[in-house]
Amino acid sequence: MNWKHGIISAIVLIALWQLTVTLSGVAPFILPSPLRVANALWYSRALIAEHAWVTLAEVILGLIIGSILGILTAINLATSSTARAILRPILVFSQAIPVFALAPLLTLWFGYGMGSKIIMAVMIIYFPVASAFFDGLMKTPSGYLDLAQTMGATRSRELWHIRMRAAMPSLGSGLRLAAVYAPIGAVIGEWVGASKGLGYLMLLANGRVKTDLLFATLIVLAVLTVCLHLSVDILARRLAKDH
Amino acid sequence: MMGAPSITFTGAAEFSGAPLFHDITLEITGGEWTCLLGPSGVGKTTVLRIIAGLDSAVDFRGEIISSDKKPLLNRTAYMAQSDLLFPWLTLLENVCIGAKLRGDQVDKARATQMISRVGLAGHEDKKPSQLSGGQRQRGALARTLMEDRPVILLDEPFSALDAKTRADMQELAAELLIDRTVLLVTHDPAEAARLSHHAIVMQATGLRHIDMPQTPPVRGIDDPQTLATQGKMLKILREGPQ
Repeated sequence: MNWKHGIISAIVLIALWQLTVTLSGVAPFILPSPLRVANALWYSRALIAEHAWVTLAEVILGLIIGSILGILTAINLATSSTARAILRPILVFSQAIPVFALAPLLTLWFGYGMGSKIIMAVMIIYFPVASAFFDGLMKTPSGYLDLAQTMGATRSRELWHIRMRAAMPSLGSGLRLAAVYAPIGAVIGEWVGASKGLGYLMLLANGRVKTDLLFATLIVLAVLTVCLHLSVDILARRLAKDH
Repeated sequence: MMGAPSITFTGAAEFSGAPLFHDITLEITGGEWTCLLGPSGVGKTTVLRIIAGLDSAVDFRGEIISSDKKPLLNRTAYMAQSDLLFPWLTLLENVCIGAKLRGDQVDKARATQMISRVGLAGHEDKKPSQLSGGQRQRGALARTLMEDRPVILLDEPFSALDAKTRADMQELAAELLIDRTVLLVTHDPAEAARLSHHAIVMQATGLRHIDMPQTPPVRGIDDPQTLATQGKMLKILREGPQ
């Protein structure tokens, strides 16, 4: 898909939206027209931006912390059979608990501020990053390891120069998933209890029947997520370069 | 090379309870090329991997003795059918990887020298993907030379190359790995006839030594004695175990 196709599908979508509103005569507080939403976006831009910054900060911090924890876990699992025996069942079990169900508890423990949202994002992205990178670390081509062994490689150097390098494309796939999941985590955290952020603003707009503002906020959230996805995609491509 | 030891490999191997090969004694003469020929699945590569100290998924009972009584650990270099160049490193970095993996000082000047010895001068900064199959295998040879080990274990390193490149590579390897103890595992009787001082066919029933021509390797592709030896080997391979 290129930019032209993207623009064409956006125009088609907006046209369909306008057509639905015009033909059905639906009330603006149920479904506002694209023009109303554009208006809301323009007049509330300062408000939306203020909240967008908060969400963006939560998402980026969550991504960084979650990725680092995921990477460290994967390395630990890949290098220690004891860690594999103990941690893996816990990790798999932890995935059986819906993270969203923990959101109220996290708010209770860590408060209404950014902390609980960052933790929420971290919890959502930690597993995909850890699991993708671990898979990559365990799938090093055996020929590479044979060569390293005959060369007298130390385990840590083999890990650093070969296994981790060979696993970079897998880490890239994990990060791609993380970039899509992280905003979901942060926004759900904001829904459960917050005083700032796009999720909070959406709830607020919904409660006051400012559906146009709700839509405007939703569009900004979607754009942020797409931008984040594109940036991480560039990073993932760099990681997979030459593989 | 001074001090390239002879190796005596004695033993039997089982793969999940079933015998892979019975008691065999393989003599690998120091400073010379020994070729191990045989059909697929007979255990040639397993013998090579056991000598290299690599995991072989078999239960091996036996011993490997070198003529100087020293262990072979860290005295062997290994070349496989695949060049095993790391795609994310340049050719120069690939040639230096051994030192990096051991935490030794990297001698770039010597690596550059090895790269020009295999005829790849000017390609130092290229990634493996920018090199042809033959060039990559030359790169692997430069990396093997860089390791400077007395014992070289070659597991069909030329089999994936086209005929011309293969003949060129065989000559280059024979020239550069002279005076080292070389064990070459191969399917190809022509290769064994050209390159080896000693050739042994490995069969389910044991090892069969082949009489080699008097001329030293590398022998000419069209040399009558070489062709006759090649024919003899192929015949033995086709006949199967006696």
